[in-house]
Amino acid sequence: MSNNYSLSHLKELESESIFIIREVAAQFQNPVLMFSGGKDSILMTYLAAKAFHPAKIPFPLLHVDTGHNFPETIEFRDRLVEKLGVKLMVGSVQEGIDKGLVTEEKGFNASRNGLQTAVLLESLEKGKYDAALGGARRDEEKARAKERFFSHRDEFGQWEPKNQRPELWNLFNSKKHFGEHFRVFPISNWTELDVWQYLAEEGVELPSLYMAHERDCFIRDGIILAESDVIQRRPDEEVKKMRVRFRTIGDMTCTGAVESDADTLEKVIEEVATTRITERGGRSDDKRSETSMEDRKKQGYF
Amino acid sequence: MSIDIQHQTELLRFTTAGSVDDGKSTLIGRLLYDSKSIFEDQYEQIKQTSERRGEETVNLALLTDGLKSEREQGITIDVAYRYFATPKRKFIIADTPGHIQYTRNMVTGASTANVALILVDARHGVIEQTKRHAIIASLLQIPHIVLCVNKMDLVDYEEKRFEDIKEDFSQFASKLDVSDIDFIPISALNGDNVVNKSTNMDWYDGSTLMYYLENVHIGSDHNLIDCRFPVQFVIRPYSDEYHDYRGYAGRVAGGVFKKGDKVMLLPSGFTSTIAKIDTYDGEINEAHPPQSVTILLEDDLDLSRGDMIIRENNKPDIDQDVEVMICWFNPKTLQERGKYTLIHTTQEVRCMVKEIRYKLDINTLHRNLEDKSIGMNDIARVVLRTTKPIFFDSYRRNRNTGSIILIDEATNETVGAGMII
Repeated sequence: MSNNYSLSHLKELESESIFIIREVAAQFQNPVLMFSGGKDSILMTYLAAKAFHPAKIPFPLLHVDTGHNFPETIEFRDRLVEKLGVKLMVGSVQEGIDKGLVTEEKGFNASRNGLQTAVLLESLEKGKYDAALGGARRDEEKARAKERFFSHRDEFGQWEPKNQRPELWNLFNSKKHFGEHFRVFPISNWTELDVWQYLAEEGVELPSLYMAHERDCFIRDGIILAESDVIQRRPDEEVKKMRVRFRTIGDMTCTGAVESDADTLEKVIEEVATTRITERGGRSDDKRSETSMEDRKKQGYF
Repeated sequence: MSIDIQHQTELLRFTTAGSVDDGKSTLIGRLLYDSKSIFEDQYEQIKQTSERRGEETVNLALLTDGLKSEREQGITIDVAYRYFATPKRKFIIADTPGHIQYTRNMVTGASTANVALILVDARHGVIEQTKRHAIIASLLQIPHIVLCVNKMDLVDYEEKRFEDIKEDFSQFASKLDVSDIDFIPISALNGDNVVNKSTNMDWYDGSTLMYYLENVHIGSDHNLIDCRFPVQFVIRPYSDEYHDYRGYAGRVAGGVFKKGDKVMLLPSGFTSTIAKIDTYDGEINEAHPPQSVTILLEDDLDLSRGDMIIRENNKPDIDQDVEVMICWFNPKTLQERGKYTLIHTTQEVRCMVKEIRYKLDINTLHRNLEDKSIGMNDIARVVLRTTKPIFFDSYRRNRNTGSIILIDEATNETVGAGMII
């Protein structure tokens, strides 16, 4: 048996992702890495650093800033960018609102999440990026289960799920017409648990939001939201101190927390391994309708 | 669940093929459900949908029906990837649709799979589609095939029915290029022999499907003999610290490379020695498939993307004429004398279809020498002429260096996938 030459599943996933990130650098003129500040995009930057070591990552990071980010996210982002020595581009939703590109939602459930799409597409166009690397995973949501590694987008940035290019072996077709671009998802095959285990095994630094901490929170439709200036509370929604952590990090307006005592990575992994609710179960943006992710993706959402 | 065990798990990729009503989605739903890979909110959602539709039980098939139009039609239209893990292995399922117009998806799902699950309905036995699935699994050289005889509950769990189907399929499969076939009688709906051993079929003493998936030996699915390293990207840091660093980044496509190995470079034919195998985590002594590494050579030679590093005494074929079994994916037919972009490992060349030898009937394996109109979902043997030599092995010997895709130069679509003979 030649079993000395087998890889653990995490090492195999790492190798696959590095291969795809290198393909992007080789096949595209002007790629960019979409950075949200969440653990998946932190993993992406970490894998990109591995892919090109000892050279620097040969493309910039793009952050679509809704203006409703957790302050921890922005601090972490700026430190990471400095450490990696990469260029950071910021697409601002606030600017998009100010100049009339998008209109702010109103009311209690108002969120800037949906507004990111237009700003993202505008940023990609402005930077003339021909490939946008993203940290989406197929296990996150059912519409994403059918996503390719190299996902072709038309000149409007739209996804056409019924007419995707077949993707075989490790051969990737990056051909496109002028004005079109690609979204590339190197960590497609990772699950939430894989990401946590890998980050722990590699000792990758993460924002404190992912570990259990005390925070002022309130509960809306069964979801624990962080109290902040950017969310309007209903009169009956009471703020209380809770011990929570976040499983995904998006906008403060739509990212739900879970009650947790997991204050170390090891405890987080244990919690993830035994948990019974999906990661995006706390995302109110996915709950708007049964096919909300698919609808947003068709329009060019990441 | 112990975390330490999880760290050491292997990755197994498998594909599922079946006709529209064979209960494939139910089987996958069952695997996910019985292995406790379904989350409460997912289960709640499909339970509500089942109730709304007036179904008696929770329809596990809904777990895998992703896209809107699929749920409306109750069929799967595209490859969907699913994930679950047991303490022994992590699994990636390429869930592919079975009806004829989506052969391309089946081929796609099969291209990276270690195992193919082929479903048949116990009431109908081996039908034309079953044969097509088996032929595709054989063409794509999936190392292990399992024929799942589903809906055993609808034939009263009868042993004879199972044995007849087994006999039938074995006879057909003897004409194929597959070495490892297993048969399991199941009921995906009721869970018999999926994860838990069935109490309805005492006559069956084989393993459950889950036991099979957890234990099938996949250690020899990679080629560890022929050293092949297609150069993917050249790493040049241009920094003071790494002034003269010139690393060839890539993924090992075959064989085991060691520091100090004498190597040959293609296409130049120059020889050199491996000075260092580098990774972010430091230098390593040897590299094997499917590792992504960076190779540094002792001599200052000019390699670029599409070149290949090999061992001197073990060369691939180096040729401009390539014999290929091609699966066609596009409504626009394959053109004899037509020109396409060809992608092979990290190399991209142009090619012309020199000759269409025959069309393969994928229900009977019959070689049709007359009909040379190769349309969507057809499979044919062709000769391609490339603009410059490519470095390849037969697909049977190495999936990485024996596979190609063809791209239409006008539409940019991937129109064909080929296995080099």
